[in-house]
Amino acid sequence: MRLHPKPIQTFRDDFSYSNSEEAIARFPFPFPQDDYMYSVNIEPHVTPGPEGSVFEHLLDIDEHYLSEMAERDIVLRENAQRCLAMPHMDVACWDLIERAMTSLAADYPQHFSLVREGERWTWQNRLLDIHDSFTFGDSSTLPLPPLEYIGRQLQGDFALLDQRDGDLFMDAGIVTCPADWSLRFDAGMSFSEWHGPVPLAHEMGVFERALKYLTAIPVGRPVRRLNWTLTINARMDSSPETFPSWGSDRTTVTPDNVGEKVYLRVELQVLDRMPRSNALMFSIRTYLMSFDDLVTNPDWARRLHRVMKTLPPELVEYKGLSRFHPAVVEWLSRFDPAN
Amino acid sequence: MTVSKLRVRVTGVIPVAPAIREFRLEPIEAQLTPFSAGSHVIVEMPGAGRVLRNAYSLLSDPADTGAYRIAVRLQESSRGGSKFMHEQVSEGTELLISPPANLFAPSWQGRKHLLIAGGVGITPFLSYIPEMLRRDADFELHYLYRSSQTGAYREALADQLGERYFGYDSATGERCRLEKVLGGRAPGTHVYVCGPQSLLEAVRRTAAELGWPASHIHFEAFAAAQPGEPFQVELAASRQRLEVPGESSLLEALEDAGINVPSLCRGGVCGQCMTRVLDGDIEHRDSFLSEAEKARQDCIMPCVSRAAKAGLTLDL
Ligand code: HEM
Ligand code: FES
Repeated sequence: MRLHPKPIQTFRDDFSYSNSEEAIARFPFPFPQDDYMYSVNIEPHVTPGPEGSVFEHLLDIDEHYLSEMAERDIVLRENAQRCLAMPHMDVACWDLIERAMTSLAADYPQHFSLVREGERWTWQNRLLDIHDSFTFGDSSTLPLPPLEYIGRQLQGDFALLDQRDGDLFMDAGIVTCPADWSLRFDAGMSFSEWHGPVPLAHEMGVFERALKYLTAIPVGRPVRRLNWTLTINARMDSSPETFPSWGSDRTTVTPDNVGEKVYLRVELQVLDRMPRSNALMFSIRTYLMSFDDLVTNPDWARRLHRVMKTLPPELVEYKGLSRFHPAVVEWLSRFDPAN
Repeated sequence: MTVSKLRVRVTGVIPVAPAIREFRLEPIEAQLTPFSAGSHVIVEMPGAGRVLRNAYSLLSDPADTGAYRIAVRLQESSRGGSKFMHEQVSEGTELLISPPANLFAPSWQGRKHLLIAGGVGITPFLSYIPEMLRRDADFELHYLYRSSQTGAYREALADQLGERYFGYDSATGERCRLEKVLGGRAPGTHVYVCGPQSLLEAVRRTAAELGWPASHIHFEAFAAAQPGEPFQVELAASRQRLEVPGESSLLEALEDAGINVPSLCRGGVCGQCMTRVLDGDIEHRDSFLSEAEKARQDCIMPCVSRAAKAGLTLDL
């Protein structure tokens, strides 16, 4: 990793979160065209990807590592239900431990190391000062339940989907920075059920095709896609559970403060087959970038204006942008000469 | 790291029934990945002139990642894959295999599991059984075979499973009455079948007659051994002719020839690679085009689809 984790910054209250120039340069800007519509935007996640990019490794660790782990701790202390695993998902949780520890130790050896002597594993996370020995597969040898143990050391949210009868079920997860959805609400649901609220995509056949593709993902061949929305302030935890503390932020946007208030929230989602359990891992790695930072790149600024201006009304509504969408378009128009 | 194919060496070949051989595969460089019960791998066999690909269930204990084991029944009528395995493969042979994939996983929520195997169809259950024993699952194995040809592992299974084992040797006239095996089962029971087509159909029919919900009846299914037969393509706009080998997709063959076709998923779902077809019959394998679009035979998703016959002419 070229970006060393910074001291802890906050995603709430005083919102001290900020992006360095390097973080801005590697931001996964999600718009390949001047307009945006849902599609089956899935592609192989071939690693190692371009050096230094967010696609280089299976799991991206960046300058916000310590901040995000501190934020996750706050959320889990407030509400333990943000991490759930049904009993039949135990093997899948251990699959994730193996996949995460082996790839982190190989990709970021300066921060993580793993020694395996048969089933006896020793794990070191120097960023969080963790040094544990445990018996692989035996949850009683870990200080926390397996999913919470590993989830507290990984940036981004994770869902583990059980695959049965050609469908996927949300039977485990650790979700502390969702874009307005709830693990507790979706727990046990099937792929089309938890996607129920999404407009247009069902009718377009997007989910039917995506599900076919996902159920056929083999071991060792992860795939990825990008999703996006807008968030007011650098708030990681925009969950239905905490809506009262952030919903009204949407009314604070004015044509003058868009640059500092509005953040483009991009999710790098990676799907990877877990070998022992046949579960599918779904990781949601969230990148937040203020509009002020985004418009330092003129190509991004121009494209963002065009995408926002032509965004289908159903998506404006579903993504929760209605209140401030006009202010955003107006603010961005100054960066688009065609306007 | 992304894994596409694993190089393995055959480190053991043992006859396990008159017509069945077991092969032990050990990794040459990397480690083998663990796998889930019911997984299969696709074995590539460099036959005469073209590569054959067959899917075989892994029959080892999923907890054992030192080696994979598969069993192959000699099929006189096959395309030659099983013949190749029996005649050309011996200790020391190197093979390429795909990473494990699983389209026949146990439904672990089931309250009871009936495993019905016919002949070499025993193989996926050999990975189920250790896992079911570890999880303390309630199950029975019903094993139909003909001892003059098949019946691999039956003594060991009978010893290991005791009352949970039911064997039927057609060479000695023992019949398995499916109505009895499937009848009167408690709700929450799941049945799994692997074996010849006639057995799959008999189980499906009997279970349906007895009122089993379709979601509780599971069949072994293999991922199609992709890609397929070689064929030729004419590129009308750039006036070129290409050979698409059996082991590559049309998209890969185009890319190898330096022709740029946009792609994303490379699995027939995103629609990016759609290419116009001017002539030829298409075997559509994608799930992007609608049935009506497929019937028009005027466009193809080259990442997965191929020529149905001799060749295709593309607008490239
Ligand atoms: C299997 C792993 C996946 C999980 C766990 C997952 C989960 C979710 C969840 C929880 C939502 C929010 C729904 C709500 O409003 O309550 C969502 C939205 C969505 N998902 Fe997925 N998803 C998965 C895979 C995919 C894939 C492969 C696609 C590919 C097309 C996809 C497309 C979408 C779209 C288009 C939305 C709407 C997003 C927006 O406009 O902000 N999802 N997903
Ligand atoms: S690349 Fe996605 S359909 Fe061919």
